Amino acid sequence: MSVMTEKTGDAVLPPRPDNGTELLDVPDGWEAREVEQFLYREARLADENDYDGWEALWTDDAIYWVPVDGEGDHPRATVSIIFDNRNRISTRMKQVKTGKRYAQAPPSNLRRIIGNVELLGGRANAEGGVDIEIGANVLAFESRPRGNTLWGGRTTYRLRRVDGQIRLAYKKVVLVDNEQAVPTLGFLI
Amino acid sequence: MTAVVPSPSDVEVEVREGGSRYDRLIQPARVHGTLYTDPSIFAEELRKIWHKTWVFVGHESEVPQPNDYVRKQLADQDVVMTRDKEGEVHLLINRCAHRGLQVCDDKAGNSSSFRCPYHGWTYRNTGELLGYPYNKGYGGKNKLELGMGKVARVASYQGFVFGSLAAEGQSLEDHLGAAKGEIDRLVGLSPEGKVSLDAGWLRHKTRSNWKFLAENETDGYHPQFVHGSIFGVTGSPIGALYSDNSTAVTRNLGDGHSENDLRPEFRGFAEPMRWFGTTPERVSNYVEAMNEAYGEDAERRMIEGAPHVMIFPNLFIAEIQVFNIQPVAVGECVQYATAVQFDGGRELNQRMVSQSIGSVGPAGMLLADDTEMYERNQRGVEMADPEWLDVRRGLLRESVDENGFTIGSATDETGMRGFWNHYKSLMTAPDEGHED
Repeated sequence: MSVMTEKTGDAVLPPRPDNGTELLDVPDGWEAREVEQFLYREARLADENDYDGWEALWTDDAIYWVPVDGEGDHPRATVSIIFDNRNRISTRMKQVKTGKRYAQAPPSNLRRIIGNVELLGGRANAEGGVDIEIGANVLAFESRPRGNTLWGGRTTYRLRRVDGQIRLAYKKVVLVDNEQAVPTLGFLI
Repeated sequence: MTAVVPSPSDVEVEVREGGSRYDRLIQPARVHGTLYTDPSIFAEELRKIWHKTWVFVGHESEVPQPNDYVRKQLADQDVVMTRDKEGEVHLLINRCAHRGLQVCDDKAGNSSSFRCPYHGWTYRNTGELLGYPYNKGYGGKNKLELGMGKVARVASYQGFVFGSLAAEGQSLEDHLGAAKGEIDRLVGLSPEGKVSLDAGWLRHKTRSNWKFLAENETDGYHPQFVHGSIFGVTGSPIGALYSDNSTAVTRNLGDGHSENDLRPEFRGFAEPMRWFGTTPERVSNYVEAMNEAYGEDAERRMIEGAPHVMIFPNLFIAEIQVFNIQPVAVGECVQYATAVQFDGGRELNQRMVSQSIGSVGPAGMLLADDTEMYERNQRGVEMADPEWLDVRRGLLRESVDENGFTIGSATDETGMRGFWNHYKSLMTAPDEGHED
């Protein structure tokens, strides 16, 4: 079944979004502490199912990616658990906000720890600037009627300043167990 | 007093007296909750269904080159699908003939042989034992008539690879029966008449008995409710296909197979590619390739679209996705899902990957909600009362189509009843070579 409508269908694959372009030096003007504070805020909004607050963090060229099989193959040629652009993030949020997204109705109870935060480098973005790339580990505890699930992963973020505010341009979550069958992932990882 | 509803103790009595408990548990309008919860029934299903009938395992396109291999699951069996140097596809059971270890560790690769890590026994990718170290201990080379286990029968239809652990039984084509035509419909949407399943697999762990999934796949009653949230948000026209006014039909294809035949709806609109949610202009290269390949018949194909068919016991083709359902335990199974890729249809393939990611798998905007229902189904049948599940919807308005198949309306449980009829016939068949 298909519920999405797609406007374009380029047959030629663009570069991989994770490592398809060169990793540059960490751009100037970023403090580790403000980066961490942003990641913690993003984590809290996700934990508390604050969908509007979380969605507002994203840039217009957002990529939110949860691959399978380690780092994953090219996300336009192979399936991923999540590979959302800005539009699809919006659709996902609209769906859950209906209250009838049953995989999240009732919503999961969640708390996560973000740790081992590293400023990894910079990536050129489509706007001609350079986003800062950050790596971190995540451990999330989810409770649902189904039972409790512990999710662990490595997250790569890219942040950008837009009109003086830090925005999230890219988030890739490589789940530790993504080579195995995983249960429903209804919350924002 | 007339006992209409057997209590669990009545069922037990009947089993002890040698009658088939399945005649009592599976009735025309209802099925008993223990079918989903009783570990002894699950054990019997493994023997009488999963280790016997044809089970979908994978697709030839997953091992395109000679000596390619990929690990797969056939119910509780760890299987290696290999392509030998002659091009033939094998399903080997991943077990060393010496001490039982898994011979193949990697998930996929290319190799003409596999070497057990424990004592170095080596097998050809056909399962044949090639050698064992320090062979004097066995009286020399080539003295042992041993090999890796094999799925007894392997056969493909349109590249879909099925295995049967029973050495004898009906042919794959007989097993597929009328469902063959649905697979043909799918590949007929490729300008080259061929599909590939090479876009990887999502693996969705599901805390539910496998039969809840098999039943749901052609249940046209649930989409408006379970998927109303996403249909509403995206303005999807899918919901209407499964409404009370829909001209679509639910068809029992026999042998446990069933479909939601949406063609009556799409023929009504007569718009090519509507089934895909697009227009010919947006996928003009594909449309041109189809016209070139199929001439006047191309338009019909592009109007009618892809099938929505559940092939017993575990292959579900949902238009542009393929699901492989494998049981793990009485209350757990795994849904493997991928995007269909049309050979010669590159323009559609990336769209199908993208749409599949949005729809299916652990975070899919459709399937995560179905899976929530399966898991709630399972918790429900563990409760005491009522003991039965009702499958009578549409029983009073079924009819027989021009080909002799029973059909119901778009939202009727005709497919479920077909599933249960076939299930019962397998579960009550004589148990060859087994006494329990």
